[in-house]
Amino acid sequence: MAGSPVQVTGTVLTTRRVDAYHALTVVAPGIADRFRPGHFVTVAVGGRDSSMLTRRAFTIHDVKPDYGGTVELVFGVRGAGTAWLADLRARDTLDMVGPLGRPFPLPRDPCTCVLVGDEHGAAPLFALGDALQQRGCRIDFVLGAPSADRVFGALRARRMGETTTLTTEDGSLGMRGKVTDVLPGVIADARADAVYACGPMDTLRGVTAVAVELGIPVQVAVEESMACGIGVCMTCVVPVIGDDGVTRMVRACTEGPVFRGERVRFDDVGTIPFDALGAPGGRHV
Amino acid sequence: MTADLRTYLAHVELPNPVLTASGCGGTGRELAQFSDVHRLGAFVTRSITMAPRAGRPTPRMAETPSGLLNAVGLQGPGVEAFLERELPWLAERGARTVVSIGGGTVTEYTALARRLAGVDGITAVEINLSCPNVEDRGRVFARDGAAAAEVVASVRAATPYEVPVIAKLSPDVADVVAVARACVDGGADALAMINTPVGMSIDVDTMRPSLAAGTGGLSGPAVRPLAVRCVWQVHAALPGVPIIGMGGVSTGRDALELVLAGACAVAVGTALFHDPYACPRVLRELEELLQERGFDRLADAVGLAHRPAGAQPRKRTDLEESSL
Repeated sequence: MAGSPVQVTGTVLTTRRVDAYHALTVVAPGIADRFRPGHFVTVAVGGRDSSMLTRRAFTIHDVKPDYGGTVELVFGVRGAGTAWLADLRARDTLDMVGPLGRPFPLPRDPCTCVLVGDEHGAAPLFALGDALQQRGCRIDFVLGAPSADRVFGALRARRMGETTTLTTEDGSLGMRGKVTDVLPGVIADARADAVYACGPMDTLRGVTAVAVELGIPVQVAVEESMACGIGVCMTCVVPVIGDDGVTRMVRACTEGPVFRGERVRFDDVGTIPFDALGAPGGRHV
Repeated sequence: MTADLRTYLAHVELPNPVLTASGCGGTGRELAQFSDVHRLGAFVTRSITMAPRAGRPTPRMAETPSGLLNAVGLQGPGVEAFLERELPWLAERGARTVVSIGGGTVTEYTALARRLAGVDGITAVEINLSCPNVEDRGRVFARDGAAAAEVVASVRAATPYEVPVIAKLSPDVADVVAVARACVDGGADALAMINTPVGMSIDVDTMRPSLAAGTGGLSGPAVRPLAVRCVWQVHAALPGVPIIGMGGVSTGRDALELVLAGACAVAVGTALFHDPYACPRVLRELEELLQERGFDRLADAVGLAHRPAGAQPRKRTDLEESSL
């Protein structure tokens, strides 16, 4: 396996605010070398003797070759762990494990791809866009959020994408509505061949429904809460249909976070579907 | 000079006393990305069940102060897939494998023990007694000495004599010593403690339980005093029985605390979620602490906290091997 993960003590290079989010650039050469778009890292929060035992998982926004390799993360403050991260300053150290997970698969031949991101879920899309453009793909962005300050990366999307469509639920930027409202139009206009999406489960469910309706492949990166990120804790499971047609509770951290959208049973997330392998009272193969 | 860290589970020698706790090391492959599984004292598998199990719905995990609540529900592929795909891989890597088994009835435990009997590459069998007994209205086996002893006796009878049987106890009992004694009388060669006590947390934003299952097992440093108390009490009552101590071990100091209370081996669990290198680190720290305190052998420190106040740490001058 090319990208086996490493644990490093990274040094914070810069911290900055990006609209409603925080961006953290950390010098972590071993991780930057192995990075492919869609990979994530986990960080330990709270320092030594922390009372917070679970690692926090973040998709990698970008890697750069400076200082041997840096990794950039984007996050919003949602609890004590992310608040601690937001308080980090340059030269602080951060325990980081990565790169983890299954990255985005890339098309063999040039094609047209629509990249859909909701809120800071859009973070991994720009490295993906670079990789697609290197393969001669045309890319179009659809970015959304509840309000203008929470739309992530609109400027960069405008520079990179053939077209960029923005949506906000309050109408403060771009179209009023959700990304799924404008997606069918964008796919039709671009004559897109594939969709890549990142964001909350509800958004991914909607994006997958649109892509399936239009008959084009869709790759989604799911956000499921994780404790370890390396596949030992078994808490980040989602019901996914395997190649053999059998639904299994698979770990988002090791089998994912990127899945083929139509394989994820979004309606059954948060439950054990009765026909899943090993479900209570279900079939035992 | 390095300290002699060998330890014994009944007659089986382990090169060092640091194990993974059941359910915290995945299949072994995940941890092998960070450190070799054969460097562990032993690798303890997640609890293997007869049939595949999908586990509990998500959310399965909630973070609490210095602790972790989980309700995974023994998700696993079942014993056949385990024997086909997971155990051979561990054996190939030279890991000593302790297979944890879980079941809902005495018959299921016995059937699992029979299936594992004679399979190569099993160092010991650990019985997860914290499974609900479907024949006793879902009361867990570990709560009831008689039910626990029945499981232990039938697994012991179905397991080849050269494979030790370890009974894993829960702290959620009125008298842990009584259950421990019942298990040893039932034929357990060693005891492991503690399994997670049951806890609960409620999300005040959604005003619902944090876990889909409602309650879950509490682990992490928050439960360490509970583990030390259980190991202490059981070692005092049954000094000849090897104990694998676990519960919130994340540093060498934590491991030494359990060793001093009477554990001859220590398992690292929740710390693996926080730090995938935890096992080799705990081992190195434990060795340094033993050396600082002038111990040549780990066995000399086992249960040392039980010595009468004012007594000197015992110094072994003979070369007799201790079973601890």
